[in-house]
Amino acid sequence: MSAPAAPLLTVEHLTMRFGGLLAIDDVSFTAARGGITALIGPNGAGKTTVFNCITGFYKPTSGRLTLSRGGAASPADIDALTASSRRSRKTAAGAVYLLERMPDHEIAAHAKVARTFQNIRLFPGMTVLENLIVAQHNELMLASGLTVLGLLGLRRYRDAEAAAVARAQFWLDKIALTARADDAAGALPYGDQRRLEIARAMCSGPDLLCLDEPAAGLNPRESSDLKALLKSIRSDHGTSILLIEHDMSVVMEISDHVVVLEYGRKISDGPPERVRNDPKVIAAYLGVEDEEVAKVEAEIAR
Amino acid sequence: MAAAATEPRSLPANPLARGLKEGLGAALLAFGLAVPILALRTEQNISNQLVLQPRWHYVGFAVLAAFLGRLLFVLATSAAAPRRPKAAAPAAFPAGAARALSILGLLLLLLYPVLALAIAGRAGAVKWIDNFGVQILIYIMLGWGLNIVVGLAGLLDLGYVAFYAVGAYSTALLAQNFGLSFWLCLPLAGILAAFWGILLGFPVLRLRGDYLAIVTLAFGEIIRLVLINWVPVTNGYAGISGIPRPTFFGLPFNASDSGFAAFFGIEFSPLHRIIFLFYVILALALITNWVTLRLRRLPIGRAWEALREDEIACRALGINTTNTKLTAFAMGAGFGGFAGSFFAARQGFISPESFTFMESAVVLAIAVLGGMGSQIGVAIAAAVMIGGTEILRELEWLKQIFGSAFDPAQYRMLLFGLAMVLVMVWKPRGLVSFRRPSIFLREARPVRADMVKEGSG
Ligand SMILES: Nc1ncnc2c1ncn2[C@@H]1O[C@H](COP(=O)(O)OP(=O)(O)O)[C@@H](O)[C@H]1O
Ligand SMILES: [Mg+2]
Repeated sequence: MSAPAAPLLTVEHLTMRFGGLLAIDDVSFTAARGGITALIGPNGAGKTTVFNCITGFYKPTSGRLTLSRGGAASPADIDALTASSRRSRKTAAGAVYLLERMPDHEIAAHAKVARTFQNIRLFPGMTVLENLIVAQHNELMLASGLTVLGLLGLRRYRDAEAAAVARAQFWLDKIALTARADDAAGALPYGDQRRLEIARAMCSGPDLLCLDEPAAGLNPRESSDLKALLKSIRSDHGTSILLIEHDMSVVMEISDHVVVLEYGRKISDGPPERVRNDPKVIAAYLGVEDEEVAKVEAEIAR
Repeated sequence: MAAAATEPRSLPANPLARGLKEGLGAALLAFGLAVPILALRTEQNISNQLVLQPRWHYVGFAVLAAFLGRLLFVLATSAAAPRRPKAAAPAAFPAGAARALSILGLLLLLLYPVLALAIAGRAGAVKWIDNFGVQILIYIMLGWGLNIVVGLAGLLDLGYVAFYAVGAYSTALLAQNFGLSFWLCLPLAGILAAFWGILLGFPVLRLRGDYLAIVTLAFGEIIRLVLINWVPVTNGYAGISGIPRPTFFGLPFNASDSGFAAFFGIEFSPLHRIIFLFYVILALALITNWVTLRLRRLPIGRAWEALREDEIACRALGINTTNTKLTAFAMGAGFGGFAGSFFAARQGFISPESFTFMESAVVLAIAVLGGMGSQIGVAIAAAVMIGGTEILRELEWLKQIFGSAFDPAQYRMLLFGLAMVLVMVWKPRGLVSFRRPSIFLREARPVRADMVKEGSG
């Protein structure tokens, strides 16, 4: 079988209800391992809500979110896990997780899903370097013997911290912020903060990186830097990307697969060229009336 | 017309004229306030009648003070104003100077009892070592303990005195019921207080901001009420006495043949114990400081600060915020417990009266005035606040002005409040209003206060 048959994340029948509001209605899609999957749609379509379900900030009303680390999990493994009340299960290739059963911090720590936020959420009063070190908290915590060994200043912790700084420095070079490593994150210009948030997510060593509108508010140059950065994350670091984006130039250029939401429902799903020409998508973006969509569809069918 | 009316509002060129004008305004306000509060005093005469005693000179003092205060303030600020913009960005903190300052401070603290003896003599030194030295150090330690919870983790705790009380009562009860010595009670008290910190932490984990503050306040009151009402164990209002004093490696500080003085062949003096207590609390405070500074550079300390900055981002990075908050509560509570244990052993007697909300408020004020989770800021705030209020007791000469019924110590809280208002106007983020990064690549640049969040949990 070819590689796309082994998705990293499988979203099945995801539904999220806020009181009377159906924010996501039976949405299914997959995020390919080693690919960039874009999630697009008009404002209020439910894109951020999908992210919040995947990263555990919301508990979905119903649906299954399966993430298989290491390699594809066999259907038998997934069925066995679903039937049990457990959250994860070891597989031949690695492990498989049911994200809807896990709290947010465990999804980040164990299932290795990192995310950024639509409204940047850095630690503004901490320096750029500190932001990147905090992202490596769990590893450093173990190395510090849950603080006890670190308190005694043992070698093992100092080595781990040096390694963490090296990793931070690697990402600082990558986003061209090394010169500002010792400045407060809150003092950076907007574009730098966006890049820093991505670098911070990458410092946690994720398998899946979820980016919520990373190009929003960037100028064309920053936007093209971002494209290069995301491509490099996918190809050099083996991190798969799930991307919410309004900037169509970014979406069309870098994504391997596009999922379109409107009013909480999936209206299109496929490679970028196909989605771009999908009349339903065009209608959703241009805001035409439903009957016109039907007319266009009928014309296409003819 | 409208333009003319608003003209005087823009700063007049002459600061003296402005100062006089604003001084007059302040004096008028002071007069209005002072007349009903200070001008007349009711007193009972021999036949139990109320008589009014005019005290117009008090009003005069208040008005004069307001006028001069405002005038000087305006003059001082207008002189400082042109220099303001330059001070916007803090210069890179001279690390060498800070180091020299802390070594100097440490030396001064170590030599403090000797200096007090040399300057004030044997009789006078008791006051300076006990009332000032030991008292201030207890509050420094409490401030540093609370600083972990409020300054680093950004969790507003209004019931910190509860852990101080748990430490003190643990020591008292363990000593009374099981005959344990102070040196055994001390670690146990810290552990028990930390345990209570976790107990409090659990129910309040989901609360943030005002709600957290109110529940911690209630917790402090619950502990105090239990201490008052659980008479069979705590002896209620009467308190617990006969708590064993700390010994010097088993040598008690008394005049007996097996005492400290006899062992070293020196003449017995109550000063020995006081000086010893000074060094004990100094050591405890320094340990608190050392541990806190160390923790700040460990993952747990950085997680506390990250929690203060943005809890949601913490969770997205895989940080277990529940455990992080609980460790902050437990750490802060533990240090409060150590301080409480020391307090019990120093006094030899404790009662619920020592653990009122006022104590929580004073410790919180010290932590807030110190600023930004800064260790040195907290120490300075404690020294000024506690030392300042102690000094009030010394101002006997004020009786010459205000009459013999005047007790300056009664004005403690008034001045405390005034000092807080002044500091908050002058330095809204506390005395030390920048944050030192816990790690750096090239140089440790201080982070300006307006970047740093105060925490909302
Ligand atoms: N916590 C919430 N409570 C209630 N409604 C919510 C909540 N989060 C999102 N929504 C609603 O869900 C819908 C989808 O929102 P969102 O996912 O933010 O859209 P998008 O990111 O696609 O612009 C909106 O109508 C929004 O008001
Ligand atoms: Mg959104």
